Amino acid sequence: MTTATDELHHDDHHHDHKPSGIMRWLLTTNHKDISSLYLWFAFIMFLVGGAMAMVIRAELFQPGLQIVEPDFFNQMTTVHGLIMVFGAVMPAFTGLANWMVPLMIGAPDMALPRMNNWSFWILPFAFAILLSSLFMEGGGPNFGWTFYAPLSTTYSNDSTALFVFSVHIMGASSIMGAINVIVTILNMRAPGMTLMKMPLFVWTWLITAFLLIAVMPVLAGAVTMVLTDKYFGTSFFDAAGGGDPVMFQHIFWFFGHPEVYIMILPAFGIISQIVPTFSRKKLFGYASMVYATASIALLSFVVWAHHMFTTGMPLFGELFFMIATMLISVPTGVKVFNWVATMWRGAISFEMPMMFSLAFIVLFTIGGLSGLMLAITPVDFQYHDTYFVVAHFHYVLVTGAVFSIMAAAYYWLPKWTGKMYDTTLAQWHFWCSLISVNLLFFPMHFVGLAGMPRRIPDYALQFADFNKWISIGGFAFGLSQLIFLALLIKACRKQGEPVSDQVWEGAEGLEWEVPSPAPYHTFETPPVVK
Amino acid sequence: MRNKLYQLIALALSFISTALFAASDTHPDAYQLNLTKGVTDISQEVYDLHMTIFIICVVIGAGVFAVMLWSTIFHRKSRGVKPATFHESVKVEIAWTVAPFVILIFMAIPAAQTLIAMEDTTEADITVLVTGSQWKWHYKYMDDEVEFFSLMATQQEEIKNKFEKNPNYLLEVDRPLVIPTDKKVRFLITSDDVIHSWWVPAFAVKKDANPGFINEAWTKVNEPGIYRGQCAELCGKDHGFMPVVVIAKEPAEYEAWIAEQKEIQRLAKEEEQKLLAMNMDMAELMSVGERVYATACAACHMPNGEGLPGVFPALKGSDIALNDMQKHIDVVVNGIPGTAMQSYAKQLSLKEMAAVITYERNAWGNDTGETVQAKDVNALMNGN
Repeated sequence: MTTATDELHHDDHHHDHKPSGIMRWLLTTNHKDISSLYLWFAFIMFLVGGAMAMVIRAELFQPGLQIVEPDFFNQMTTVHGLIMVFGAVMPAFTGLANWMVPLMIGAPDMALPRMNNWSFWILPFAFAILLSSLFMEGGGPNFGWTFYAPLSTTYSNDSTALFVFSVHIMGASSIMGAINVIVTILNMRAPGMTLMKMPLFVWTWLITAFLLIAVMPVLAGAVTMVLTDKYFGTSFFDAAGGGDPVMFQHIFWFFGHPEVYIMILPAFGIISQIVPTFSRKKLFGYASMVYATASIALLSFVVWAHHMFTTGMPLFGELFFMIATMLISVPTGVKVFNWVATMWRGAISFEMPMMFSLAFIVLFTIGGLSGLMLAITPVDFQYHDTYFVVAHFHYVLVTGAVFSIMAAAYYWLPKWTGKMYDTTLAQWHFWCSLISVNLLFFPMHFVGLAGMPRRIPDYALQFADFNKWISIGGFAFGLSQLIFLALLIKACRKQGEPVSDQVWEGAEGLEWEVPSPAPYHTFETPPVVK
Repeated sequence: MRNKLYQLIALALSFISTALFAASDTHPDAYQLNLTKGVTDISQEVYDLHMTIFIICVVIGAGVFAVMLWSTIFHRKSRGVKPATFHESVKVEIAWTVAPFVILIFMAIPAAQTLIAMEDTTEADITVLVTGSQWKWHYKYMDDEVEFFSLMATQQEEIKNKFEKNPNYLLEVDRPLVIPTDKKVRFLITSDDVIHSWWVPAFAVKKDANPGFINEAWTKVNEPGIYRGQCAELCGKDHGFMPVVVIAKEPAEYEAWIAEQKEIQRLAKEEEQKLLAMNMDMAELMSVGERVYATACAACHMPNGEGLPGVFPALKGSDIALNDMQKHIDVVVNGIPGTAMQSYAKQLSLKEMAAVITYERNAWGNDTGETVQAKDVNALMNGN
């Protein structure tokens, strides 16, 4: 595919002028270093947010209040959500983009390396502010990650300002990351790599980056209005002053719905890289995958109010948002059908990335189908704000987004370290995660349908048996991730068998043409794509 | 070995079928798997829609997974297969875009019909104003002069695992809403503070209570009975402790009930007037006050009067509770606008307010020795 010469890469490391120790990481403008920072940060946040989920599941293990008070329970659900969305999934995808986009398009680095450093290094401060608010008198944010007004304004505690500022910083980081991705992809592709030759991971990230730039400022607006309503006497969301609390939800979900696609489109890209590799067959419909991604992104701007069917919208609004939401299942179906058609009559092997991808396709499809059920307005009245919704979005976000990130880690880790990771540990990690995650989230469908509301610290007795199983699944899933931690530590210590440049038999693309491990600087002379 | 496997499968199947069978019962059941069918025509339609779309989803899912499974078994490299090279087929791609479209249209039509029926709140026989506040519901019959608050009746000791939990744990209230069967009942739903959501699964009614705005919903119950639901929108600390209980009675029974309520509320008002001329002693005030405090105040200010630092202020040792009695009465009667402290003028009787203020001024080491009488509260409320 390319004519990049190997000799060029071999003396790359002579050009490294990096400081040693902590200063290397603080000052780095190298996309690989910054990406590793992003990925480790995301994984640490995943464990922190996961620890909060353990508190939630411990309290819900039995009916009655045993471990935490309701107010602290609400802080746990709120901060768990914020950390997993803004601290784990989004930085992990940004990290993957940082590592892989330059390697996949044949660029030497990201287009704006100093901004790249800045967009990472403000993140730890954002989460330090958010987490420290938990230790304030009155506690941290307790109004849900969706921070509906007026619960988050008039009725919130004193740490709300810290919440607002931390969200602002997370937003700034995401916007800078997105700008960097767009500028890199549009300007730094290797000669010959037209847009329609780009790997799908690059395509999905390009579209995601546009979504980020479009909606993160809307989130910034929403938190700013919360700030001024609470502290400066404005009445954006207060009917007594001429405002409207439901307007908050419209603004929030205008951000929030594209946000969920921000967390799943890069996952689609990852799966579209991995499935052809291990099926040893070309992706069935490359162009239709690109168009499907773009349609999902466009539709994501006109479906936000399906989160708000019970707020008392006019009938016409309910019908419009129901139909628009149902339409999204068409391009999403195209994606799933494409992956399955790619596997059809391939020569499939079942290495770790493929195992996670297969789990992704099955479990994401379950989450997608329950999403279609939720789109049906009259039935959504019953599902809304129950555990059925919790089951739905954890299927698309945990077995969807998070599994895709793990698939990506297992796919590209040998390229990053030059060594094959411990596949026995990886098998343990996969099977323990797969079984426990379903024990964790599948029964949530049942308790939700039976009528258990979400975000409650205690529940009626008929939900007790399933909740016990859900909690056991939760603890097991949490512990399973420690296997992944052990595997990553071993991999970072460069233990394991050396791998070839191509690593996987069926792998194609520029990233497999640089040496393993990928040297500090790559593609200083651009490869030529035919 | 193989026999054991069959036994396991048989066990699993019998478990699933019993669970499914149990789910068709209207009474709550551990291991209920499915949505409630409910007791209204609308809830039945909603259930049918739910089952239709569920089955469509299962069929689609099963189809996709079957093809995947086939590939993973028969198209695996270890069987020595050579990968095919086909890709891109306009025909196939059009087919799998158009087919879902058609399915969606078949799903959207009945859904739209049900939705239109659900949103038609016209020609109601009776109207009830439902007002949510932290953390209770208030019901007002717009056609009769009857109104009351409805608070969770589960005891704190059950929640704290000191007493055994009763079967309706967290789903029981002191005063349920009563509505007639076979009549169209319209609900006007609003809130006094944050957003709540009034939900009765058996009616398929869930509507947000938005402060400053009024939403509408309706139901027509076919069977008399007791129906239980919960607040469905996160509304603060005690969101999980805000149940909805509705009793549906035959119309004649309902008429008798509402007439009785009217009479009770009229007598209560007379009683209030008489009380103004009387003084209660400290012991009586304290005992009534303690009971009122436990239901109305303890959720935020805590049973020990210490509040939640940074969220809800302490009453123990507070300046208002020890010194400024007029301010104390004012706060209880009118609340503090812009905070979680709500007005109790409508929630409590004069006697109850007098008693609870007395209690707060003399409990947990607040030893003012002062009593507050119904007439003191009345004086502040009515300016005489």
